[in-house]
Amino acid sequence: MTILVIAEHDGKALAPATLNTVAAAAKIGGDIHVLVAGQGIGAVAEAAAKIAGVAKVLVADNAAYAHQLPENVAPLVAELGAGYSHILAAATSNGKNILPRVAAQLDVDQISEIVSVISADTFTRPIYAGNAIATVQSTAPVKVITVRATGFDPVAAEGGSAAVEAVAAVHDAGTSSFVGEELAKSDRPELTAAKIVVSGGRGMQNGDNFKLLYTLADKLGAAVGASRAAVDAGFVPNDMQVGQTGKIVAPQLYIAVGISGAIQHLAGMKDSKVIVAINKDEEAPIFQVADYGLVADLFEAVPELEKLV
Amino acid sequence: MKVLVAVKRVVDYNVKVRVKADNSGVDLANVKMSMNPFCEIAVEEAVRLKEKGVATEIVVVSIGPTTAQEQLRTALALGADRAILVESAEDLTSLAVAKLLKAVVDKEQPQLVILGKQAIDSDNNQTGQMLAALTGFGQGTFASKVEVAGDKVAVTREVDGGAQTVSLSLPAIITTDLRLNEPRYASLPNIMKAKKKPLEVLTPDALGVSTASTNKTLKVEAPAARSAGIKVKSVAELVEKLKNEAKVI
Repeated sequence: MTILVIAEHDGKALAPATLNTVAAAAKIGGDIHVLVAGQGIGAVAEAAAKIAGVAKVLVADNAAYAHQLPENVAPLVAELGAGYSHILAAATSNGKNILPRVAAQLDVDQISEIVSVISADTFTRPIYAGNAIATVQSTAPVKVITVRATGFDPVAAEGGSAAVEAVAAVHDAGTSSFVGEELAKSDRPELTAAKIVVSGGRGMQNGDNFKLLYTLADKLGAAVGASRAAVDAGFVPNDMQVGQTGKIVAPQLYIAVGISGAIQHLAGMKDSKVIVAINKDEEAPIFQVADYGLVADLFEAVPELEKLV
Repeated sequence: MKVLVAVKRVVDYNVKVRVKADNSGVDLANVKMSMNPFCEIAVEEAVRLKEKGVATEIVVVSIGPTTAQEQLRTALALGADRAILVESAEDLTSLAVAKLLKAVVDKEQPQLVILGKQAIDSDNNQTGQMLAALTGFGQGTFASKVEVAGDKVAVTREVDGGAQTVSLSLPAIITTDLRLNEPRYASLPNIMKAKKKPLEVLTPDALGVSTASTNKTLKVEAPAARSAGIKVKSVAELVEKLKNEAKVI
């Protein structure tokens, strides 16, 4: 068995989610190859070659792959991946965008967001917002899988010395083009990779009040997230959303502030090691999953917490 | 231009599902069913395109059991012109659904196909991308803004860390994210009118599509329960516990 892992990157650096995906590949067993597709991606390929346990890095460096346009990247992955036993990608916005297109091109069903490997053909994945866990077996000749990073501890980023091989194949469907992007600039850690996450919900009342959480987060070295209610109310942008349809996080410490704890939110954070809930409603469902609950007015408790940590 | 919208009948998002005792699936008996929330956003976007004069006809399609006609009627009440049900009592995978939708696309020749980004039951997030692969169309997934101009559509997408805008040649596939729009409610007169709008029922066989799957669900279990912890009385006690008991700060 040889497994192809699609590297997650922004053109400049390898994203940590790649290490969790390689970890899932290692659990399946067999040789692991990593595909880096993009433009001007030498540094990413070098980083990929150092990942522990990777035997070979394939580099497809072409303008057509510059912004991970699925119309161009999916045919590349399908062409290369057809000879592999498994194709794995992180369940990031790129992985989710590209991999189902690959699966359909290979005429196989995809298994989305696996959280564990039972055997080389059997995996578990959450369904119904994490209210049930399905065990799914694939009979596909090439198993196409996205990996939920929180289910697998990352492999070491250093220690490997994989061979690097250039891929000449160019696919340019010509049906799509990149126009632009607006990426949030933040000095805080990335939400899905942070050791501590502070999240706010509807109880924050408005976007300005999120400053309380930013101050606390900066003192803790934490990332800041939000519930769908806070995003829907326009307090904060959608890329901060933690939940079934947002980001899935599993930090060492998750502090939920003014979040009631709808099942859709719990789906995105209940695998956190320690959960703290601060809410003035002592009946809030969030307290049913919190290790430490504090029934208090967040506008008093958060500033006090910031002073004491 | 013609817009095709795909909708799915799913467990209502307010329902907390329970796993069946024999681990064969979740218990859907007597549970409230609704249109998948992302599909509501898809219908709304199509209706807005029609209101702007961009779309001329909205065809709504669902793949599912006979009862999915309820969700199609809802879409008709919201502003779709006609409906197609591809009737299947089986639980189909995303690839099978995408193949059926491809057959409908071949038949209807829409310029734009709008789907929800994921269904809240299977949480797969696959169908739109698979349909794009099968049709060879460009895909604008997780859309937060859609602008049609000439023979192109500009789609702003919700991506990790922010937003990305891509331009796609028409025909194209779009999957909706939460912030694309806020769906309206159907008015009573429109609900009444929707009953008279055409609803065609097809079968996978009639469309010549095999729904065979390479995935098999072996069992469905309840997740490991997280036990409730303790309530602390003060911020000082909380900090003390986090430092000395949990050792996470």
